[in-house]
Amino acid sequence: MDSPGWNRRSFLKAAAAAGAAAAMPDIAVPEPQVKPDVPASSQSIRLKVNGTSRQLNVDTRATLLDTLREQMGMAGTKKGCDHGQCGACTVHVNGRRINSCLTFAVMHDGDEITTIEGLADAGQLSPMQAAFVEHDAFQCGYCTPGQIMSATALLREPVGNTDDDLREAMSGNICRCGAYPNILAAIKSVRSQHS
Amino acid sequence: MQDTSGQGQNSQQHPTDTTGVGAAADHTSNRLPELSGNGSFGRPTPRHDGTLKVTGQARYAADHPIRRVVHAVAIQSTIANGRVKNIDASAAEKAPGFLAILHHGKAPKLYRPSNDFMSATKPGEIRVVFEDDRVYYAGQYIALVVAETLQQANYAASLVKIEYDFLHPVIDTDQAMNTVYDPEQFFGEKLTAQRGDPDGSYAAAAVKHEATYSTPLEHHNPMEPSASMAEWNGDELTLYETTQWVVGARNTVAETLGVPQEKVHIVSPFIGGGFGCKGFIWPHSVLSAIASRQVGRPVKLNLTRKQMFSACGHRSETRQKVRLGAAADGKLTSIFHDTLVQTSPVDEFIESCGTTTEMLYSCPNVGIAHHAVRVNIATPTPMRAPGENPGTYALESALDELAYKLKIDPVELRIRNHADTNEHTKQPWSSKYLKDCYRMAAEKFGWSKRNPEPRSMRDGKLLVGWGMATATYPGMRNPGAAKVRILQDGSATVVSATQDMGGGTYTTMVQVVSDALGIPVERIQSTLGDSMLPPAPVSGGSMTTASVLPAIRKACEQALTKLVQTAIGDENSPMHGKKEDEITAQNGRVFVKGSSPSSGNTYAEVLASKKMAAVEGEGFLQPGEERKKYAFQSFGAQFVEVKIDPEIARARVTRVVSAFDVGKVVNPTTARSQGYSGIIMGIGMALMEHTIYDDRDGSIVNSNLADYAVPVNADVPDLEVLFVDKPDPYIDDQGIGARGIGEITITGVAAAVANAVYHATGQRIRDLPITPDKLLQV
Repeated sequence: MDSPGWNRRSFLKAAAAAGAAAAMPDIAVPEPQVKPDVPASSQSIRLKVNGTSRQLNVDTRATLLDTLREQMGMAGTKKGCDHGQCGACTVHVNGRRINSCLTFAVMHDGDEITTIEGLADAGQLSPMQAAFVEHDAFQCGYCTPGQIMSATALLREPVGNTDDDLREAMSGNICRCGAYPNILAAIKSVRSQHS
Repeated sequence: MQDTSGQGQNSQQHPTDTTGVGAAADHTSNRLPELSGNGSFGRPTPRHDGTLKVTGQARYAADHPIRRVVHAVAIQSTIANGRVKNIDASAAEKAPGFLAILHHGKAPKLYRPSNDFMSATKPGEIRVVFEDDRVYYAGQYIALVVAETLQQANYAASLVKIEYDFLHPVIDTDQAMNTVYDPEQFFGEKLTAQRGDPDGSYAAAAVKHEATYSTPLEHHNPMEPSASMAEWNGDELTLYETTQWVVGARNTVAETLGVPQEKVHIVSPFIGGGFGCKGFIWPHSVLSAIASRQVGRPVKLNLTRKQMFSACGHRSETRQKVRLGAAADGKLTSIFHDTLVQTSPVDEFIESCGTTTEMLYSCPNVGIAHHAVRVNIATPTPMRAPGENPGTYALESALDELAYKLKIDPVELRIRNHADTNEHTKQPWSSKYLKDCYRMAAEKFGWSKRNPEPRSMRDGKLLVGWGMATATYPGMRNPGAAKVRILQDGSATVVSATQDMGGGTYTTMVQVVSDALGIPVERIQSTLGDSMLPPAPVSGGSMTTASVLPAIRKACEQALTKLVQTAIGDENSPMHGKKEDEITAQNGRVFVKGSSPSSGNTYAEVLASKKMAAVEGEGFLQPGEERKKYAFQSFGAQFVEVKIDPEIARARVTRVVSAFDVGKVVNPTTARSQGYSGIIMGIGMALMEHTIYDDRDGSIVNSNLADYAVPVNADVPDLEVLFVDKPDPYIDDQGIGARGIGEITITGVAAAVANAVYHATGQRIRDLPITPDKLLQV
């Protein structure tokens, strides 16, 4: 797979270095230790997750989702498909919703990540979290972190006011239990408080 | 619309019950207050586990923080028939972080479990993983690789080279007809049965209808892929699981490993959906255990979405021939329902489509038959209303066709053939309000405004279709146990080895305790999903509510009795020396009957005075004689509107109104969600869901959530779910009166959609799902 002049390692190295230089010039990124005959390599990055900065040595093959779950011990973000097809892994990166299974952690050096664990403020549920409970907008709860992260980001997006607009904007998050009508009701109730 | 008002009331009279009181009368003798509706029971109650779920704190199988855990990745067969010739792991073994590989040539001895549902040992497949080198279907486990990290395990697994001896698989039912056989029974129900003379009566019928309806192979696709995390402590195994049956998982894993049940502990507090595929026990639960023993570290095995398509069952495709004969007035004179399904080469699971047909309508001549073929596809398993769901699709579609031939309204046709008793078992119903369901849903839907002529209703350029169907599911109940503790601070706990897949068991458990003991729901903690707790049945067959809640109420009664005895025996108590039946309880206080509650003590005061931490009550109840006297069955009605754009042949469901008779509704909030859930999955079944196999190699073409389409938010219109909400007087002796609700809500939906599509277009699609290509072909 590797071509002589340009390969994944050199690309990631360059990309990560460029990202670090642009976003966080004051942080020295240690030179990653690359063993020539081993396909994996690791990279040191800084992630700001739910307001807390963490320096991490990540496997360059690790998705942001797996890094959150397996390395940082934050299991609130869920893996439903690992292919960007279900939305269970939705988190916010610099304020925008993203499927964390479709992006490598190493691509997010210096980024601000918000997960479901970061929405409540000192034990007080966010308005969207409270609305999900009030409207019973889930059953098994597995897609719920992703649904809530999507719904929360949606409040800042230019989404129209009809029910169909909201349904469309939430259709990247599958709920196999079929809580969709209640999810819609929860989002509408928060939106009406916003406006 | 026909006026059915008042008729439904007749159905609550039971010919054999001359006393006027049923089993429900038994519970009046106990100390607990009646479930009168003053408390939380029967009222909308927010989920007990709601905060955990919206904050990401609810721990699913792969979420538990286990120190030093390592990762396993499963390798599955890429052929569907043949043998494993060679497994070369030499490159994998050199990969960074590699710890172990297991396969049929390199695995500990495993044993076939007893495969007995009633003793809670039910593997998804009786062939034990890594049993030999034979390959029976694509996706069968071939090897398991363990490494330090998930990335390392994935990479090492990619280096394992497997050689096969390839045999041509048989995937298509038509190609497998040389294996066809007639299975005898399905969980105790006979699969071939007859009453009267279905053939002769059909020949003589004034109006006839015969057609074949088919449903495709479908996958449950819960949002949480199955996962298993194993941790050994000496010879004791803890498995963090996602299972609908913690007791079944414990027993089945123990027997497969050849260790005593007492050595296996299953922990499954949250389940990210199941719909049946986490009911029986599948190999991943054993794989994590043997891998962990091998490497001496805790092991996490999280199946991928693709692996979910062959690792934990599916619903078989079905081909159902339905033959109906009727008199000119619409009275059914003959029903025959013949079902052909698939099962696997290594085990049997039969999608029993015909068993509902035996009793759903009144008819003197009924026959059912089931046939199965063996194909090189993994073993099917229960999927939400197994049998009833595809079965009602066929029967309810056929009835709609018959209604058109008879020129009788489809609701009226069903009312004319209403079964006042279960004519198959010859039992009266425990309670039945099906006519009320038709009336409630039809009125809310506006059915009386329907022009029955196909293609007669329009919304602009869109064709509008209205269709309906009957819903039904048995009111099952199995033995269940629970413990309730009243604690010294006046709060309470309730525990049972049941499960909550999202149906709301955590919450209904608390509601029952709250009403029985007069303690606010906020001060009661429910715990479930742990095999060490008092045993409860599988969360399948819609039986949890009827099996567990009565036992909880019984446990409350015993706990309260112990508390009363404590007060009576306490010299410092105002109740000292009284007789037990002189004491009553209200709002968390015990006191002498007839006196003011304030004259007695709070629960906390009683316990504190005797320096006791708690009193505990146990409840264990099982179904009894009432099952011989009555038929327990839930019913409902599904009314669906579709709109079809004729230019692109796309059908969309635009409105659904459903009404269900499920006995008492314990929690209207979670019950309504269960209604939405089944209806939406039914919309998926009707219009989208279809697992496609490549006949050449048996691989699955669409084993992902982009190509196996399920409903998303934009596919779901406004839904209305209504409940009759009248208690079943005989299902338990504790006054709960609730039948399950998880499965009935999907039954009939696909038929109602198909019937609406016919009404909109004049095209009868008898092969699900109703996708644009089929609408264009007609």
